[in-house]
Amino acid sequence: MQKNKTSPSLKDRIHTLTSSKGGSAFTATLLAIGMGLLFGFLVMLLASPFNSVPGFLEILLGGASRLGDVLYFATPILMTGLAVGFAFKMGLFNIGASGQYTMGMFFSLYVAFMWELPTSIHWIACIIAGMVGGMLWGIIPGLLKATLNVNEVITSIMFNYIGMYLVDMWIQGNAVMYVSSKTRTQYLPASAQIPSLGITGSNVNFAIVIAIVIAVLLFVVLNKTIFGFELKATGFNKHASQYAGMNGKRNIILTMVIAGGLAGLGGAFAILAPSSIAGSSMTYEPISVIAANGFNGIAVALLGNSSPIGIIFSALFISYIQRGGTLATMFGYKPEIIDVVIAVIIYFSAFSMLMKNTLAKILHNMANKVHTKDAENRTTKDHKKGGK
Amino acid sequence: MDTFYYLIQNTLPVAIPLLLVALGGMFSERSGIINIALEGIMLFGAFFGCLTVYGLQTFSINGQVILLIAMLVAAIGGILYSLLLSFAAINMRADQTIVGTALNMLVPAFILLFAKMTFNSDGITTNVNFYIKEVPVLSKIPVLGDLFFQKTYITVYIGFLFLAIAMIIFYTTRFGIRLRACGEHPHAADSVGINVYFMRYMGVGLSGFLGGIGGFFYSVGVMDGNVNGHTGVAGFGFLALAVMIFGQWKPGRIMVAAVFFAFLRTLAYSVALIPFLNNLDINQTYYKMLPYIATMIALIFTSKKSRAPKAEGIPYDKSNR
Repeated sequence: MQKNKTSPSLKDRIHTLTSSKGGSAFTATLLAIGMGLLFGFLVMLLASPFNSVPGFLEILLGGASRLGDVLYFATPILMTGLAVGFAFKMGLFNIGASGQYTMGMFFSLYVAFMWELPTSIHWIACIIAGMVGGMLWGIIPGLLKATLNVNEVITSIMFNYIGMYLVDMWIQGNAVMYVSSKTRTQYLPASAQIPSLGITGSNVNFAIVIAIVIAVLLFVVLNKTIFGFELKATGFNKHASQYAGMNGKRNIILTMVIAGGLAGLGGAFAILAPSSIAGSSMTYEPISVIAANGFNGIAVALLGNSSPIGIIFSALFISYIQRGGTLATMFGYKPEIIDVVIAVIIYFSAFSMLMKNTLAKILHNMANKVHTKDAENRTTKDHKKGGK
Repeated sequence: MDTFYYLIQNTLPVAIPLLLVALGGMFSERSGIINIALEGIMLFGAFFGCLTVYGLQTFSINGQVILLIAMLVAAIGGILYSLLLSFAAINMRADQTIVGTALNMLVPAFILLFAKMTFNSDGITTNVNFYIKEVPVLSKIPVLGDLFFQKTYITVYIGFLFLAIAMIIFYTTRFGIRLRACGEHPHAADSVGINVYFMRYMGVGLSGFLGGIGGFFYSVGVMDGNVNGHTGVAGFGFLALAVMIFGQWKPGRIMVAAVFFAFLRTLAYSVALIPFLNNLDINQTYYKMLPYIATMIALIFTSKKSRAPKAEGIPYDKSNR
């Protein structure tokens, strides 16, 4: 290349940005996020043109003033994101994270209210109970998939509904937990609450630390253990891994158990968190609606490219714009605008790689044209290099 | 006997949305595209249908005419929304399950946003009466009159008409046979000059048409002409997928499966009226879970020897031929 080493040409920069493997997935993700935000802005523009710019800025920047809450709300979706992403690595689409999450919530609530335990271990027992609840709800679709080849997408959707109805019924039928005059459960006893991190003016608690540690552990499991290798191999090519002697059925069941446990932990972290935001935790309201955090987990997993480390950041990002969305209500918008943005992000992230490659090709061609004109004046030699 | 009549009269308006949406799913999957987005397409159609009803209800137009106009709008809405799936799945070769999930998430959020900002509620509430107490003359036929021509909705007849048309298209026309070829072996279909991309667009488009109408019929027959962003269509899009699988991707069997599921649901919601079930004193919630549990069981029995279209879910790439 004829350019000096300190400042690489535009073409080189585009090339490095778009060709490295990690960077390539990252640009694709950014592209999907950009499309999602753009669409969100258009919807806001249509809904209320004059408030759209300040409202949109609030979505983009508002989260920065509530960093503690960003961490607080990121915790459950980080867990459901891991639940979806981990199963993705195996080639399973765990759309049932919502049901597993709700089940985890119920098991945590049950232990919190019905078991008398010393303060120091009560909350830990509640968290473990939540994990077990999620595992139970994850193992059934796993078993059905492994033994009878039942499509895990449909089973886990059905389990979302069954789980939601069951939990609502169990809660309403339990006189200790449920206060029928308030149509919700009582608030959790203090011993069952996860210790707060003690930052004033925020609800951030110890759960975020546990969640990040779990994400790092999963990263190690996926990248440094035989189980993780088998899992990814099965995800790449089911038949080849079978042929190589890997036990596909056992791995499917194990994956779904782990994924369910992760989502269950998400439910536990959500319900056991001490919070000053009314109704956001410590109490459950049976309203026959499937938990949204399970579906947000799909967005988190896709944005994080199913990598546990990526999922930490994408959970923080989703939580960040959700806070912004809540703040945009000041300008007359509704928090659902963020759900629209998230859905559009998922839509584009399903084919963002292809979109990115097309865009990169266009940019390459443009850069080449500029480059060629530039080069024609001096030498035609590197034109051939650039053209490949 | 009255209880039986009651159950059938209430089953049919519930069965029709399931039937139409499952038929839509069948067209899409037989062309090779997995359509998880049916739930979203239904809700999208229901939303535009109800919006049309809302706009027309102030004029003094016959309720059944309003229903037909709204049905057409719902169908167009469904087709337009399904184009998002076709584009992503056919042109962009995206993962069809993920795109479907995204489309399912988009609609409820969009409806809530719209309804909260314009009506200050969670959905659209209309007050047009679509209910038909009895069809003249026909309702007097013994037994059949009681079963099919009393206390019903016009949606039931439209639904069966669509079933007949779908069967004719699916089995006897050149289009239907070509469509099925694209879902089984698109490369072979392409080699004899069938445009696979076009056929898949048609398959998904038909699922949008039927899904949109099915969603609106759900609003009419189950929700009393309303649509709500929170409850949406209560998983009917997914149930329809299960109905389609249970019906082994064949129209006739799909109809049987749809009626069966709708019957279970009606049973669940009318426990109080049936002395035998009421005496058992089982928590109502168990009955509400019944359709979903039945779906699971049905899938367990049909999945081992599933006759799913061979090429479904695989993006067609001409250069792989």
